[in-house]
Amino acid sequence: MKKIGNLGQAALAAVIGAGLTIGSPVQAQEETIKVGVLHSLSGTMAISETTLKDVMLMLIEDQNKKGGLLGKKLEAVVVDPASDWPLFAEKARELIEVNKVAATFGCWTSVSRKSVLPVFEELNSVLFYPVQYEGEESSKNIFYTGAAPNQQAIPAVDYLMETESVERWVLAGTDYVYPRTTNKILEQYLKDKGVAEEDIMINYTPFGHSDWQTIVSDIKAFGSAGKKTAVVSTINGDANVPFYKELGNQGISAEDIPVVAFSVGEEELAGLDTAPLVGHLAAWNYFMSVDTDENAEFIEKWHAFIGDEKRVTNDPMEAHYIGFNMWVKAVEKAGTTDPDAVIDALVGVAVANLSGGMSSMGPNHHITKPVLIGEIQDDGQFETVFETPGLVLGDEWSDYLPESKPLISDWRAPLSCGNFNVDTGKCGGQGT
Amino acid sequence: MIRMNRLLCIAILILSAALAAGKASAQSADLKPLIAALAVGNFADREKAVAALAATGDPAAVPALNALAEGDLYAHKSDKAVVIAKKAPGRSFSLTDPLTGADLGTVNSREVSKVKVNNGLRRSIRTALAGLTLMSPDRNIRLTAADGIFKAGQADSIEALDAAIAAEQDAEVKTLMQEARAVAVLSSELPAEAKTEALDILALRGDRDALSVILGFRPSAGEELSAQTDAAIARIEGSLANWEAAQNIWYGISLGSVLLLAAIGLAITFGVMGVINMAHGEMVMLGAYTTFVVQEFIRNSAPALFDYSLAIALPLAFLVSASVGLCIERGIIRHLYGRPLETLLATWGLSLVLQQAVRTIFGPTNREVGNPEWMSGAFEIGHMTITYNRMWIILFSLLVFGVLLLVLRKTSFGLQMRAVTQNRAMAASMGIRTPWIDGLTFALGSGVAGLAGVALSQIDNVSPNLGQGYIIDSFMVVVFGGVGNLWGTFVGAMTLGVVNKFLEPYAGAVLGKILVLVFIILFIQKRPRGLFALKGRSVEA
Repeated sequence: MKKIGNLGQAALAAVIGAGLTIGSPVQAQEETIKVGVLHSLSGTMAISETTLKDVMLMLIEDQNKKGGLLGKKLEAVVVDPASDWPLFAEKARELIEVNKVAATFGCWTSVSRKSVLPVFEELNSVLFYPVQYEGEESSKNIFYTGAAPNQQAIPAVDYLMETESVERWVLAGTDYVYPRTTNKILEQYLKDKGVAEEDIMINYTPFGHSDWQTIVSDIKAFGSAGKKTAVVSTINGDANVPFYKELGNQGISAEDIPVVAFSVGEEELAGLDTAPLVGHLAAWNYFMSVDTDENAEFIEKWHAFIGDEKRVTNDPMEAHYIGFNMWVKAVEKAGTTDPDAVIDALVGVAVANLSGGMSSMGPNHHITKPVLIGEIQDDGQFETVFETPGLVLGDEWSDYLPESKPLISDWRAPLSCGNFNVDTGKCGGQGT
Repeated sequence: MIRMNRLLCIAILILSAALAAGKASAQSADLKPLIAALAVGNFADREKAVAALAATGDPAAVPALNALAEGDLYAHKSDKAVVIAKKAPGRSFSLTDPLTGADLGTVNSREVSKVKVNNGLRRSIRTALAGLTLMSPDRNIRLTAADGIFKAGQADSIEALDAAIAAEQDAEVKTLMQEARAVAVLSSELPAEAKTEALDILALRGDRDALSVILGFRPSAGEELSAQTDAAIARIEGSLANWEAAQNIWYGISLGSVLLLAAIGLAITFGVMGVINMAHGEMVMLGAYTTFVVQEFIRNSAPALFDYSLAIALPLAFLVSASVGLCIERGIIRHLYGRPLETLLATWGLSLVLQQAVRTIFGPTNREVGNPEWMSGAFEIGHMTITYNRMWIILFSLLVFGVLLLVLRKTSFGLQMRAVTQNRAMAASMGIRTPWIDGLTFALGSGVAGLAGVALSQIDNVSPNLGQGYIIDSFMVVVFGGVGNLWGTFVGAMTLGVVNKFLEPYAGAVLGKILVLVFIILFIQKRPRGLFALKGRSVEA
């Protein structure tokens, strides 16, 4: 008992220790600018978020090699909110109050973002949020570098309608806020485009759903009504592997019923034999396969940093790359890390993204990005089959939902409002 | 008649062989510009190029089209010459000529660029290939071709199909060709009688694909055919409804078998020993990771053995999980017997430690565990799709259940185990080393969980969270089935599986799960000891 107990403790201590060493000051004596990294390193979300922690460390190390920021070195403060939503808020408070970070990069799920939002607003600090989300939010203190629905979902549906002439739609998602809101927007959008009610099937599954037999055969049945059918999937992370395995096994090929996914990237495909999935689609703002010099350099740096040639890059990593560079530029422009000055300086900042364009921060704290639609290849990569001709600015309040239609967000003076209602002319509709 | 057909067939074969030989050089010269056209322009231009290739009717175009569909067709960046490229060692490709198949040496991967394909283009290629290979000597290729034409459903393929049907000897291929012809007839301008006949053929086929075609035809059926169309739809839907019920039962059994596998180890540790083992799911996870390690080893050192990887992983997964289980029992649990709350907390903490340990060693991301050839794909019984992986898992779970039953009933270890759980003091005074029996029983339960991990690695993510998804379901099954009874676990798992799958189509996956939980809560109120309650004095002990 004693021996094993000690071993267990040792293992635990080692794990905690590993977490601490990352966060420990590199040069304690010198004054540094602290950057908070708020990503789960344990629990269910560690699967996606650990990579983002690594990419932040890489970006910070890289910036320090270039001479730091405002003549000071940057220092990463890594905390582990352990996929526990209330803990996100606690850790955010700790980062801002105890560690005095100048800015924080973090969160993955919408619920974790909603949990830290009041903390960042109360303590007036800056958060960069790198993941595609459902929109319907705009905070003075949060900068959304992932895609809003109009930068991902709507163009994907347009693509399927135009090039594949899809007439029947399955909206399949995991049962939580992002898929529910996205599907609400999509349902309205499809109806506006003249799709009949009976040609839309909406299906929700619990987190980590692993038995997809019934749903896949339902999709098959729904698809045999003589009209071209497609699946729009907002199925979250872990549930995707068994879903795609079942699709492959039941022989649903992309030529017959294509699946376009908004939460499946290179990282999710890494645990999967993609040969039966060739042709299924994903919509993102970045693919690892994008052929630009910036991207080649980024991938090379990433492989060198992580020490593994097999590791992939994905869209949220690019979002952090863009967000971090924007923050650096804004701090340089403002000449200080004071949150108010940086928040003002950030609007209008433009930096190169990895797909060969310049992304800029809009007054609504969302950024401009190209929308790419890619088909899964047998090597687990995506091949871009469609790209929007220009960059698209994230639209925080969807125009396809009646309650958010009249709302706009503009954080510049004199408006300085995240939910200005153009109908009533007043700041403060619903939402945050 | 048959003789005539055979003669015709031979004549066509000889003729086409002669033509191919005579015109090979001339035709490949004709094809060259068409093949070069595959690499230029956008997807729409490429679709036209594919259609032009199909229109030549020359089988020499088949390799190029196949390569394009597979994503193996490349073009030289310098002169746009089209080649078939296969990955060679290093960052290079070995090239072959798309028409002659001649070896063109290897080049650096940067010198050639891939000819991109999308779904629409793949569909056109499928149709084009189907038209070109309808007369192929290989039965399977003809079958694929007929299927391709069925899916394309173009009126202009009737002529080619007529010729192919006349020459066809194989009954299955012939039926499929006739069905494909029926689809083509429906989209053609042929008179109503031909279409009625086509509807009959499709109604006879009676599956979802046929239904899809007829439903698509319905709006253009016109007055004289609408009655027949509706009748055909009703006929297919009627037969499909029965099959659907059968399919649901199958899905239920399949879900039940997964539940059984996950729960059966717990039925021993919790059911027989009474230990609330929250780390049970992690034993399953360890089994899955053992499979990953075995496969990784095989991939690197003996790729030929890949199809046997699961068989090799099974005993290893059992050993790994069983020895971890033994350590847990000897190290922690034996000090906590009779203190269920402490056991629960300790094992739960242990599950977190194990998860994080695996995360540290293998990384937080999913690991790829491949499906061997015999575990992928599906076959059809009637209109019921049965996937191989689910079928093998059902058989495997039954096997594990049977063997476990035998071990408990027929071996001396099983006898001692039952003796210890029924009356510890008496068993000890009969000379049974009860501490060792405890340890071995726990190891057995954990080992069986490891076996479940091997099976689950085939259908689920191999990630540190794998076990978490099954722990609640496992407890549910054991409690529902009756603590301390393997048959209870079996019946419990199957019942929950089937009930779940029958609720799912009506209530949805989320509500279905909630309903099952509510059902179990109510059931436990009525029968606190589950389906198969143990009776006798041991219950009170």
